[in-house]
Amino acid sequence: MKPNNLNRIDKKFRELKNKREKALICYVVAGYPDIKTSEKIIDTLIESGADMIEIGIPFSDPIADGKTIQEALHSSLTLGITPQQCLELSERIRVKHPEIPLLIMTYSNILFRRGYDNFSRDAKKKGIDGFILPDVSIEESLEYVNAAKKNEMSTIFLVSPNTSELRLKMIIEHCSGFLYAVSVFGITGERQKFHKYTFAFIRKVRKLTKGKIPIAAGFGISQPEHVKNMIDAGADAVIVGSAIIRKIQETKTKKTSLALLSNYILDLKLACRENKKRS
Amino acid sequence: MIYNFPEKGKFGKFGGRFIPETLIPAIEELEKSYTIYSKDPDFKQELSGYLRDYAGRPTPLYFAHNLTKYVGGAKIHLKREDLLHGGAHKTNNTIGQCLLAKRMGKKRIIAETGAGQHGVGTALASSVFGLNCEIYMGSKDVERQKLNVFRMRLLGAKVHTVTSGSQTLKDAINEALRDWIANVKKTYYVIGSVVGPHPYPMIVRDFQSVIGREIKQQSIEKFNGLPTAIVACVGGGSNAIGSFYPFIEDNEVSLYGIEAGGSGIRSGKHSATLVTGSIGILHGMLTYLMQDKVGQIMETHSISAGLDYPGVGPEHSFLKEKKRVIYKPCNDEEAIKAFKILSKYEGIIPALESAHAVSYGMKLAKKMNPKDNIVITLSGRGDKDVEIVQRHIVK
Repeated sequence: MKPNNLNRIDKKFRELKNKREKALICYVVAGYPDIKTSEKIIDTLIESGADMIEIGIPFSDPIADGKTIQEALHSSLTLGITPQQCLELSERIRVKHPEIPLLIMTYSNILFRRGYDNFSRDAKKKGIDGFILPDVSIEESLEYVNAAKKNEMSTIFLVSPNTSELRLKMIIEHCSGFLYAVSVFGITGERQKFHKYTFAFIRKVRKLTKGKIPIAAGFGISQPEHVKNMIDAGADAVIVGSAIIRKIQETKTKKTSLALLSNYILDLKLACRENKKRS
Repeated sequence: MIYNFPEKGKFGKFGGRFIPETLIPAIEELEKSYTIYSKDPDFKQELSGYLRDYAGRPTPLYFAHNLTKYVGGAKIHLKREDLLHGGAHKTNNTIGQCLLAKRMGKKRIIAETGAGQHGVGTALASSVFGLNCEIYMGSKDVERQKLNVFRMRLLGAKVHTVTSGSQTLKDAINEALRDWIANVKKTYYVIGSVVGPHPYPMIVRDFQSVIGREIKQQSIEKFNGLPTAIVACVGGGSNAIGSFYPFIEDNEVSLYGIEAGGSGIRSGKHSATLVTGSIGILHGMLTYLMQDKVGQIMETHSISAGLDYPGVGPEHSFLKEKKRVIYKPCNDEEAIKAFKILSKYEGIIPALESAHAVSYGMKLAKKMNPKDNIVITLSGRGDKDVEIVQRHIVK
């Protein structure tokens, strides 16, 4: 494939590889604390060094999410934020930032309700590059993957520490963009530290993917130290979600909040660059 | 019709496994274990022993002669699940699943509960088998069903109050799923109805089918034939599937599932998922749901907490589309009326859930003639609801 045919996600990973950097992927809840502010937050994240953005479309029953994200999703729903408004927000981001990969993270029913094909087509038009649906197992993914492919959407699947090698191989087949390695047993939310099994799992995934698809580690990551650990174990990217939401929650009322968030992202991104020395 | 479902985890297009990857190994382990134990003579014998000596099976099929006379029409028989230990049909499933959990070597049990009946059922079964039990219950339900919360605690269960989302049954399921994701290796999730990812809808159906098997045998003994119709209430739909399943291939038996019509279908405040809902994905399954235009799950309403659920078992969705079961709503007022009638004429105070089936059963009986036999599954007893009905009458 020629480089100019690459989608934005592949292009981003290639570009980072050349710079010997790892990717920082940031998750935001669209419409939290409100639509306008979430747009400013995304701008801030991008300007501070985020390499990709996951835009969370609120769903009423987010079973894979912990308290922090649950509350943000609930708050957004309470404001009456619709998937359409989230797509429109994505479009505004796309206009301002033509090259940044934008992903939709939500639950399957949001896509299913509009129709996988319809939703994929609409997302494509708004400049979205792919989907992350934590409640779609590969067994249930055929219709979704076909519709997404048809509309040039990447389908990012999650794997977890207890996923068997056999399943891992199957999932890699259906997965495009990157593979989302869920670092812990549990739901989203910050962890103080990670256990050995997390790093052993990342190493195992690394071995099995054989460089065919980038690996992004997510769930629980909040500190530059975590970022370094994940990268050392073999991750090509780290995903930070709850920690960003909590920063927004804590500083919701203060004007300085975006500046604080910016500093936080700069620190995380720095940790993604430092591996240059090590590798 | 020849009926052999689920097929590869699906009832037609319904059911499936829409769950996070972390749960897949657990669900595969469960399926494998269930396949083995459901055919194991020792397991089956131990289960039927507990159902008989501990839970009180078989439950009677009672000819409700006063109610039959009052209504005037078909003979009405009541399948007395209200007499089962624990006060409802839930015990059939909790004994089955807790025994399975024990055989699988799981020490920790979690469950969700709405009205508290499944919570009580899980807590008592956990006591019997020496398992640690934790129950998730929405804070609104904890408030509404204080007595059952106390019962669960007496039975040794830890009750977690769920304050997320709408703070009712669906959120309790969400929280139980989250717990399971975090503690997947050592925990067994006892789901309370024929809902959730495959194989749960099948497992719960199989454990509840003892109701229908007994109805079949007792019908032949009592009136020398199969019933003309069977009526059962549907929330998630476990007592209904349990009653219907052994009759699905008997086309001469009409099957009626009664959903909660709440304040009336037109009011929009109800839980009549199959009657008014649309297809979507929730709690690991593709099924009919109460959802809005963009796919957000709606808050439901019913005077009976046990029917207050925005989804329904995927097998019911399939049986609706196949037109094998007819689904009808019964609103709060009608249910309360039936609650009072059954109490007065037969000396049986039914659960409000079951009163929905009684109400529709009476309507149906009236249209039939005395040689017809209707079986209404009385899924539970109504002690838990006396206060709610009292408040409603005073209002």
